[in-house]
Amino acid sequence: MIPAIEVKKVYKHYGPVGALVGIDLEIEQGEFFALLGPNGAGKTTLINVLAGLTLPSNGVAKIMGHDVVKSYREARRIVGVVPQELVFDPFFSVRETLSIQSGYYGLRNNDAWIDEILYHLGLRDKENANMRTLSGGMKRRVLVAQALVHKPPVIILDEPTAGVDVELRQSLWSFIKRLNRDGHTVVLTTHYLDEAEELCSRVAMLKKGEIVALDSTKNLIKNVSGYLIRLRLSSETLPSDLQPLLESYIEGCFILRVNNYSKIESVLAALRIGQIRVLEMELMQPDLEDVFVKIMGNTKNMEPV
Amino acid sequence: MSGFYTLLHKELLRFWKVGLQSIFAPMIATLIYLFIFSHILEERAQAYPGVTYTAFLIPGLLMMAMLQNAFANSSSSLIQSKISGSIVFVLLSPLSYMEIFVAYVLASIVRGLLVGGGIYLVILIFFDMPLQSLLWIFIFALIGNGFLGVLGIIAAIWAEKFDQLAAFQNFVILPLTFLSGVFYTIHSLPPFWEGLSRFNPFFYVIDGFRYGFFGVSDVSPYFSFMIVGICFLAVSWVTLRMLKTGYKLRQ
Repeated sequence: MIPAIEVKKVYKHYGPVGALVGIDLEIEQGEFFALLGPNGAGKTTLINVLAGLTLPSNGVAKIMGHDVVKSYREARRIVGVVPQELVFDPFFSVRETLSIQSGYYGLRNNDAWIDEILYHLGLRDKENANMRTLSGGMKRRVLVAQALVHKPPVIILDEPTAGVDVELRQSLWSFIKRLNRDGHTVVLTTHYLDEAEELCSRVAMLKKGEIVALDSTKNLIKNVSGYLIRLRLSSETLPSDLQPLLESYIEGCFILRVNNYSKIESVLAALRIGQIRVLEMELMQPDLEDVFVKIMGNTKNMEPV
Repeated sequence: MSGFYTLLHKELLRFWKVGLQSIFAPMIATLIYLFIFSHILEERAQAYPGVTYTAFLIPGLLMMAMLQNAFANSSSSLIQSKISGSIVFVLLSPLSYMEIFVAYVLASIVRGLLVGGGIYLVILIFFDMPLQSLLWIFIFALIGNGFLGVLGIIAAIWAEKFDQLAAFQNFVILPLTFLSGVFYTIHSLPPFWEGLSRFNPFFYVIDGFRYGFFGVSDVSPYFSFMIVGICFLAVSWVTLRMLKTGYKLRQ
């Protein structure tokens, strides 16, 4: 099967600055895929290359086998992109915006599908409102709708839930999940890692224009060694045996890292020997956020952008 | 093809929805120019024998209004969508760069023709205008508007801010139109300035256009057509290159 997205050795330089430095990536058809990384990692640049909004300095990107530069018309026909910036054309209403967008793809009489999108994105009662009069969240919904007018097999969403309320977030994702079940490939970026963990089967993490991790969400989480135990104790100090395990001390609780479940027993044993009572205990599963923090490692030391 | 029609339709709607400002206002401004200049200069100047100054002035003013509006249309549409970011919707679409180019240029031509045609109809009420060749009139109106529509695209792609576009308009377009023989025949100029005027493509647009009314002009309309045609093709080639390579639009 042709991959939905194929990126080979893609570079993008802005002067001496490398926004993308040799990206290789393949996304299969039907995947729900997340591109994660801190601000300035190159996520949007990569999306712009795929969308044809930015021409790569080097390398090849293909959507369903169509080169985004050489066969740009075919490539753009099968991809729908929700841009990160909240942009709109102030001359038109919501419905006009969507029929114009359909027209660009050569679609006349697209009203049935437009109705369906409007319904699923909760835009029905706003369809005749001018774009200028909409709130930020509503404008974001229209952006999503615009990306879907041509039923693109590949959907790319660049931070679609930034600044969006819980209700829309849920209705948006349930709509996108439905499209994914129907066979659409979905690629998203988000800063809400729980969102990515819940939705995406595979994740790529970018840092300074490079892919630093690429695996299924499950494997990434599995590879974070161990679990975290949060303990509230009767004592203010931790027995010296347990000191090496100490990860952090937050709000009166010790956070310990253990490699496996059997290690929990020895922690409790050490506490018993020290005659320290456990007031509260919680076992925390590692999540994508732990993976992210670990992989980005020295993100805190990164120079401010 | 229907993607192209949608973009063209959208570009036409864009100025039509604000017709008061995009068509009616320049009509008023041009008619005011005409009444003032013809009032002051009617008795003092004559460009061609047998042609009153007012009659001489009318084609010049008509063309000037059309050129400015053709330029304003493509340039303001592009710079607005560039700065607001809504240009992405066109850039994301499968429209070819040729389709984008033609849609913007055609919209400019239509706006120019509406402004020029509107002024002409009002003028017919007040003045008796000769009409030698409708064909030449139409050819020069078309190519002149097209030329400025293309220049508008170049300026808007190049400009990153509104004031840069304004600079292009004030330092390139405005002097070239005013110094092109709108208000005078270049034969009345000192030799140096007459010679310089011959390097101004706008001069040929207006001179050829004027020929359509009077059958008299400073240079042959065929020659003017050739010069303007070459200029039009040259700027079109540049613009298509810019669009194809994504100059400033797809960086």
